[in-house]
Amino acid sequence: MTVSIRRDAPSAGSDTGRGREPAPGSGSARRWQQIRKGGLPYLFLLPALLLELLIHFIPMIFGIVISFKQLTLFFIRNWTGAPWAGFANYRIAVNFHEAIGSALLHSFWVTCAFTVLAVGLSWLFGTVAAILTQDTFRGRAVLRTIFLTPFALPVYASVIVWAFMFQYNNGLVNQLLHNTLGITSRPSFWLIGHNSFFALVIISIWRNWPFAFLCVMAGLQGIAPDLYEASAIDGAGVWQQIRKITMPSLRPVNQVLVLVLFLWTFNDFTTPFVLFGSSAPSPADVISIHIYQASFITWNFGEGSAMSVLMLLFLLVVTAAYLLVTTRRRNSNG
Amino acid sequence: MAKRRGLMAPPPSFLWTRRIVLTLLTLFALVPVYVMISSSVKPLQDVTSTFRWIPDPITFGPYHDIWYTVPLARYFLNSLIVSASAAVASVAVAVFAAYAVSRYGFRGKRIFTTAVLSTQMFPGILFALPLFLIFVSIGNATGIPLFGSRGGLIITYLTFSLPFAIWMLTGYFESVPKALDEAALVDGCGPVRALFRVVIPAALPGIVAVTIYAFMTAWGEVLFASVMTNNTTRTLAVGLADYSTQNNVYWNQIMAASLVVSVPVVAGFLIMQRYLVAGLTSGAVK
Repeated sequence: MTVSIRRDAPSAGSDTGRGREPAPGSGSARRWQQIRKGGLPYLFLLPALLLELLIHFIPMIFGIVISFKQLTLFFIRNWTGAPWAGFANYRIAVNFHEAIGSALLHSFWVTCAFTVLAVGLSWLFGTVAAILTQDTFRGRAVLRTIFLTPFALPVYASVIVWAFMFQYNNGLVNQLLHNTLGITSRPSFWLIGHNSFFALVIISIWRNWPFAFLCVMAGLQGIAPDLYEASAIDGAGVWQQIRKITMPSLRPVNQVLVLVLFLWTFNDFTTPFVLFGSSAPSPADVISIHIYQASFITWNFGEGSAMSVLMLLFLLVVTAAYLLVTTRRRNSNG
Repeated sequence: MAKRRGLMAPPPSFLWTRRIVLTLLTLFALVPVYVMISSSVKPLQDVTSTFRWIPDPITFGPYHDIWYTVPLARYFLNSLIVSASAAVASVAVAVFAAYAVSRYGFRGKRIFTTAVLSTQMFPGILFALPLFLIFVSIGNATGIPLFGSRGGLIITYLTFSLPFAIWMLTGYFESVPKALDEAALVDGCGPVRALFRVVIPAALPGIVAVTIYAFMTAWGEVLFASVMTNNTTRTLAVGLADYSTQNNVYWNQIMAASLVVSVPVVAGFLIMQRYLVAGLTSGAVK
């Protein structure tokens, strides 16, 4: 991979002066810039590029290679010598009639439900909070700080606190729902059984809505105050302004925000791992923890890699489709 | 700051919605923080029996005990070294990349920015194992211990915050008028000197904000910390689990330790939040 970059840099450097921006300034500066322009930016990018290659792209290619290998614990010492498996790992992963395939499919649906719920509500909470704190009022700065706190805490620390709150005997949630409010007739288990799914969703929302809040808040600052003033003169009320001015103006921010939230949530490993350990209860068995277990607990790395590749393909397709649809809609509306 | 919405005062329906919704969100955000703080000053029997809102009696024993139940100081030091090094290195690399992206037109610019941002999409689990194997192989071949060492973790973490750092710094650099560094270039500065003399000082708050963000990313990472560390290099992200592998789950100590490990990053984040919003704004406007 490094070789291809080294080849890249001088070839691009040879067509000096083909930079898109015309160089302003005096004549000597322009000439000087033209000479350097070709190679210099690539030199500046080189460290970032090499690191991304080493830590992201090369391992990813290795991961794809491993997914075609029969890499079990037996071969881990000499992993390059593991026998090729062809598409066997993939066939097992997508054979939904057998145990491994059906568990993967189940995990996929759990992850989809988890992602849709968590992203939707995180976005909603963040957007509502940002719009409601758009005007100045007393205590707004304090509220902003409070709202951002969940995002500032280290994920594992806050998940540990939530795990404590969800405890059966000594947790706050059961104390509140059962003893204080009497909503449930008996204390519930939150970290095993069906409730574990909702525990995961709640923690994920708690963690991510401040990010949505932050992004929407930034987006709101880009809306010209004139728009509101003009519409107020025309007699528009607050609710109408939110519907007709604020929400449409936020569309570009939302396009990126929803995508980022989707990718983070779908890939989230930390929350389920800290909450449940290396094996999650079946109703909350999201895909990242499922693959972790397939790889590191049962030591079948080939199978785990095949599942990861399938997951990556899914994310690629969804992301591409999402960008295509949202960009087209934006253009047709703009 | 002037009122945003123009001339009319908001109607009561809006004011009441605002009060109720913001109160609920405040409770949602703060209850776990309150539980963490209040439980950290309870004696052990009070955190293993039915939950109570008000800690009574109050004891600061947990804040003493956390350092002895598990080697928290060592985990803390490891996290500090790893996160600080990763953050500084990440920003150092990102400054040059962002400078190139914001100040130069070159072929492959779009491909570069897209590729870097797309790494955010990769499931960590997909490259955790290969990276582990690559680190072991490099270690065997060259004797550089990447696996199990802080160095390996630093390199890994610095790439995690790199895409975001480049993106944010590009935004900050775009907001520094190009005329400023062009003037420096005319005065005979090289581009590197123009970067250090003009662009970096002008964008300093943003650079600090991004550094803190990179620090937070490294401080909170769990997957690679659990795969790539050993007993001596273990970081807080993995080490906190040690409190519950004993016979007793020391919930009060766990809460105290969670608070102690949160303070550095929360403080940093709250200090820089203003600049983060500014950076996101300029990024969104682009």
